[in-house]
Amino acid sequence: MSEHVLPAGVPPPVSHHFVDLHQQEESEKLGMWTFLITEVMFFGALFTAYVVYRNMYPEAFMLASSKLDWKLGGLNTLVLIVSSLTMAMAIRCAQTAKKNLMLINIVLTMALGVVFLVVKYFEYMSKWEHHLMPGPSFDVAAFGQWGNQARIFFSIYFAMTGLHAFHMIVGLGIMTWVFLKARKGHFTPQRYVGIEISGLYWHFVDLVWIFLFPMLYLLGAHTGLGH
Amino acid sequence: MTSSMSHPPNSQGTVRVEPDGPQAQSTYLNNGYGWKSWLFTVDHKRIAILYLVSISFFFAVGGAFATMMRLELATPQGDVLQSDSYNKLFTMHGLVMIFFFLVPSIPAVLGNFLLPIMIGCKDLAFPKINLLSWYIYVIGGTMTLYVALTGGVDTGWTFYTPYSSTYANTAVVPMALGVFITGFSSILTGLNFIVTVHKMRAPGLTWFKLPLFIWAQYATSLIMVLGTPVLATTILLVGLERLFHIGIFDPTIGGDPVLFQHLFWFYSHPAVYIMILPGMGVISEIIACFTKKRVFGYSFIAFSTLAIAVLGFLVWGHHLFVSGQSAFAGIVFSVISMFVAVPSAVKIFNWTATLYKGTIEVTTPMLYALGFIGLFTIGGLTGLFLAIMSVDVHLTDTYFVVAHFHYVMVGGMLMAYLGGLHFWWPKMFGRMYPEFAAKFAAVIIFVGFNLTFFPQFLLGYMGMPRRYHAYPEEFQVLNILSSAGASILAVGYIIPVFYLVWSLKWGEKAGPNPWGAKGLEWTTQSPPTTHNFDRIPVVTEEAYAYGHEPTITVGPGDDNPNPHYKGSTHV
Repeated sequence: MSEHVLPAGVPPPVSHHFVDLHQQEESEKLGMWTFLITEVMFFGALFTAYVVYRNMYPEAFMLASSKLDWKLGGLNTLVLIVSSLTMAMAIRCAQTAKKNLMLINIVLTMALGVVFLVVKYFEYMSKWEHHLMPGPSFDVAAFGQWGNQARIFFSIYFAMTGLHAFHMIVGLGIMTWVFLKARKGHFTPQRYVGIEISGLYWHFVDLVWIFLFPMLYLLGAHTGLGH
Repeated sequence: MTSSMSHPPNSQGTVRVEPDGPQAQSTYLNNGYGWKSWLFTVDHKRIAILYLVSISFFFAVGGAFATMMRLELATPQGDVLQSDSYNKLFTMHGLVMIFFFLVPSIPAVLGNFLLPIMIGCKDLAFPKINLLSWYIYVIGGTMTLYVALTGGVDTGWTFYTPYSSTYANTAVVPMALGVFITGFSSILTGLNFIVTVHKMRAPGLTWFKLPLFIWAQYATSLIMVLGTPVLATTILLVGLERLFHIGIFDPTIGGDPVLFQHLFWFYSHPAVYIMILPGMGVISEIIACFTKKRVFGYSFIAFSTLAIAVLGFLVWGHHLFVSGQSAFAGIVFSVISMFVAVPSAVKIFNWTATLYKGTIEVTTPMLYALGFIGLFTIGGLTGLFLAIMSVDVHLTDTYFVVAHFHYVMVGGMLMAYLGGLHFWWPKMFGRMYPEFAAKFAAVIIFVGFNLTFFPQFLLGYMGMPRRYHAYPEEFQVLNILSSAGASILAVGYIIPVFYLVWSLKWGEKAGPNPWGAKGLEWTTQSPPTTHNFDRIPVVTEEAYAYGHEPTITVGPGDDNPNPHYKGSTHV
């Protein structure tokens, strides 16, 4: 491995049980990819449930979907795509040793993540006010003959977006760790795998939303029934 | 590769040195003694020991539940237990044995201990995550004990909806949480193994030089990583259904309870292979060692391992033959299920072919391995009965099913686990156990097991349903046989506890390779040092290169009970 001088206070990069830095980095990357595969399966069960009920009750799903605000959903889609861009730029800055720019990009990524969650909060509140939370208080009457099935749609909506929002919150925690590490100078052009695999996670969570948005929001948007 | 090891001469000398003595060799066991050195360890070997202790505890708990069930079933009337208590007992027995014993058994104990040593590295790729997985297991286990002590769950380990989600009045949510949490320990172990096998093999150790034990661990890890998250989500949905009535599995508002069964078995059928593939890996190692032959058809066994892992994901529907699943789906699942018999049979045939003209030594691990082959064959073939849709309709929810999966899980996996534990015990603790007591226990277990579960095939075929605390009088003889067998089996499980613990202090010193076995784990000292190897080995020979022993042989010393010991590692 190429020798490089590390800033003071930075621990030696290779852990005791690895042969060299290359092996360690390869392991860390594969570890994250494997973890993301488990995440795909984790969400996969919910996607399966969605597909099954969407096929069983297409009318109910279209009707229920029209109650979602596709404009807010679209805004959040845009927010997340931009956050993926800033995330990628932060990694690029780590590779090119632009520490300050890297920190700015990390903060931007986190800020966009927070914006997403705030928008989500207002969306959830509006569903609460309109009695669209799944459960016995669900406003079945608003959906005519499809009341109960619309309730299932909203159960899936809250399960999927709730799980996604949970992953966003975890992502903010990871980004906080990345920020602290980055500020201490742990990410260098020779050793940036930490921010790289954190970025993988961030992109994955974005990607889940890219699927959720059309499935949940756009399904009934064209009907104009909701708003 | 064998000459690269060096260790203090007293490890094989004639003077017995107590481990605490000033000249004691440095091992992972004497590298720190305080509780912190265990509970905060990141050494894969110590974590394996933590798992060994915890899963033994849960095995005893699960066994206690089974004991009470067999006690109740000794008579036709429900006299020892009420039906409610019985429902809770079989539920808790299943949950504890599956999630807290069988799934972690070989991977988390033997796999954790051996995988890094067998592939010639110092530790798993993520040692801290490895420790985390044990803590997660302990948290999940604590939840389960809490549930067991505060009333238990009566849904069956399968949590079928809508009973579990709507009607059951027992602690479904805490128990579901316990299973949910424990799932992550399994995911993390699998992830760690996959990365370690891919990235940390010693120089020269190509995929097709790997021991078959590693192939088995790898395939198991794939299932853990791909399957367990689905179970997690499914259990989460049951919890949400129960807490917030979200209706996904509630048929009264159009939800589909059968969807739960699909999602549940999508994990839980592959999970059955989590509970057998590692055992198959152990058997390959034991058979090769005690026939002193290369495993017949190495690559066929390796690929059949992967084939079982892949096919395992395509057969979950055979649990739903009577659920109202479409007949077409039933036929497809039935056919694919029968395909699983092919790679399973490949293994059985290849092990048998390995025995042919081998130098067979009937040691304790070998007794377990031979037992495994016979019992797994019965368990596997009766699985074919159940894969055939028309036969399954007759046998569904009878004792035939119970007997079938106990032949695979107990006759297969547990025999393999005990065989593996005996095989690698000298490596793990550096001491030999008393061979006679061990053989005696192995025979007792084999006899007790068959007496317990073979009558259940007959009972099931005659129509005795599972999960009832009372039964018609004509079934009593077979049930008494089964209960009697269970008490013999219990004795068989208790004996090893005594002599294995005894061996820790008074057992003969084992030396690095008491069996004359091949494989990297036998080239390092017993017990290994914290970093496994003084120098990372370079692998040049195939797996199981028996018949290529070095010509220099050292006569067996007082710590080499096995006459086949070559002493070749100490040059």
